[in-house]
Amino acid sequence: MEWVNAAVQGILLGGLYALLATGLSLVFGVMRLVNLAHGDLGILAAFFALVILEATRANALLSLAIVVPFMMLVGYVLQRGVLNRTLEGGVLPPLLATFGLAVVIQNGLLTVFTADSQGLDAGAIETASLRLTDQLAIGWLPVLTLTVAIVVLGGLQLLLDRTQLGRVLRATADDAPAARLMGINDRHIFAVAMAISLGTVAIGGVFLGIRTTFGPFDGPARLIFAFEAVIIGGLGSLWGTLVGGIVLGVAQTVGNQIDPAYQILAGHLVFLAILVIRPTGLFPRAVSRAA
Amino acid sequence: MSGLAERAGPAVATGAAPILAVDRVSSFYGDFQALFDVSLEVAEGETLAIVGANGAGKSTLLKVIAGLVPAGGGEVRFDGASLARVAAHERVRRGISLVPEGRRVFPSLSVDENLRVGAYRARPGRWTIAAVRELFPVLADRGRRSAAVLSGGEQQALAIGRALMANPRLLLLDEVSLGLDPIVVKQLYAALPQIRAAGTTILLVEQNIDQALTAADRVSCLLEGRISLTGRPADLTREQITAAYFGV
Repeated sequence: MEWVNAAVQGILLGGLYALLATGLSLVFGVMRLVNLAHGDLGILAAFFALVILEATRANALLSLAIVVPFMMLVGYVLQRGVLNRTLEGGVLPPLLATFGLAVVIQNGLLTVFTADSQGLDAGAIETASLRLTDQLAIGWLPVLTLTVAIVVLGGLQLLLDRTQLGRVLRATADDAPAARLMGINDRHIFAVAMAISLGTVAIGGVFLGIRTTFGPFDGPARLIFAFEAVIIGGLGSLWGTLVGGIVLGVAQTVGNQIDPAYQILAGHLVFLAILVIRPTGLFPRAVSRAA
Repeated sequence: MSGLAERAGPAVATGAAPILAVDRVSSFYGDFQALFDVSLEVAEGETLAIVGANGAGKSTLLKVIAGLVPAGGGEVRFDGASLARVAAHERVRRGISLVPEGRRVFPSLSVDENLRVGAYRARPGRWTIAAVRELFPVLADRGRRSAAVLSGGEQQALAIGRALMANPRLLLLDEVSLGLDPIVVKQLYAALPQIRAAGTTILLVEQNIDQALTAADRVSCLLEGRISLTGRPADLTREQITAAYFGV
């Protein structure tokens, strides 16, 4: 039963990883930009929620109503003001720019908030759980996290599949110069993609902050998990990212069950194993660029 | 060969104001100069074909007009207004659409989605998905198929249809026939009269001289980045065109 418990907790943890990973995948898919500051931006969102909570004493979940739009605005401005300028010089300039941004965010947070660990208060839901059997209880917070992840991914999938903005995002991802010929301002579309990306990672950051403690330098570790979730699931597949997050989550909780020291290691090992067995991930995008 | 050139002459006999005026445009790729002081005018409703060998600068000229490549000198005017400060994506709204070389359909979108994206900044006009399907019946029953799995000819039809969805006043066609079966090329060119009937001005680039002569009101020849000849198909002799095409 302990193993079942570990697996269930891992599945729920996967929801959090998916929230943290989706934006990374989206931005890579649309503009081939690897955002090395993605994890730090999630942490930044958590700190922003912290500021709101200290000012208002509200519930952490309510802070999402402000944090998400704010981070979307940050994403739009960041892309239009800085990152768009780096995209034309090949793969290296955006990597360097986002790496630099990560350093700036980490040290900025350190200066303002010190290195102390912080947590977000979401009230009773943090500890409330549903007892299924004597040995199996699932927390409402992880359930909520996974539910939110599914809703966010489903919403994003609908947006991409059914709306003109979604078609334009996919068209720009396919071929940005050709998209310009359709009257699409690719720089605006890139900024919209980054806004969506930071909106999703803001949700992930706040849920992370409710679930566990966080500090100014926690971003890179989150980035690695996010990367692994994206790669396991297959680049460009939203639901794949959810499955990737779940695989990673289960690997970690099962590893933890074997020995608490193996938790992180087990996740990385499963990631490496999948890279060897299926380098394109579990759900590679069905349609590739036409020859 | 300059004796054959009829530079900057009136676009058509009616003397209508040109919808497109390319005025001494040069273009550079680094140190390489692709266009040298190219000037031409296209009247509203006219079809002008630009022929020339590989590397003559035909595609570059279309890219300059569409805004994908900056003019390194000179000016492009559309409907009397300079396009110097108008970004490529804004030119669509003004009524310029380019069907790019190699078709460049969006592979991860379906046929219908490609058409819908083509209407992103559409002007009002007659071209709708239904009208495009009527023009190219081959697209009609493939609406939900991925554009990536279409044949080359179908993709070209889609690329043209996608450009029409913006209801352009000026349609730029870059090498429609490239790499396609002659029968398919004929079918595609058969659509031009209907496009023209909507009042659309067409500037097309072709390596295939015969196809260009059949389709166009006037033909300009581009040789190593310079206009070497302009005239009506009926007024030009084979020898003149060959000379202007190959520079011999």
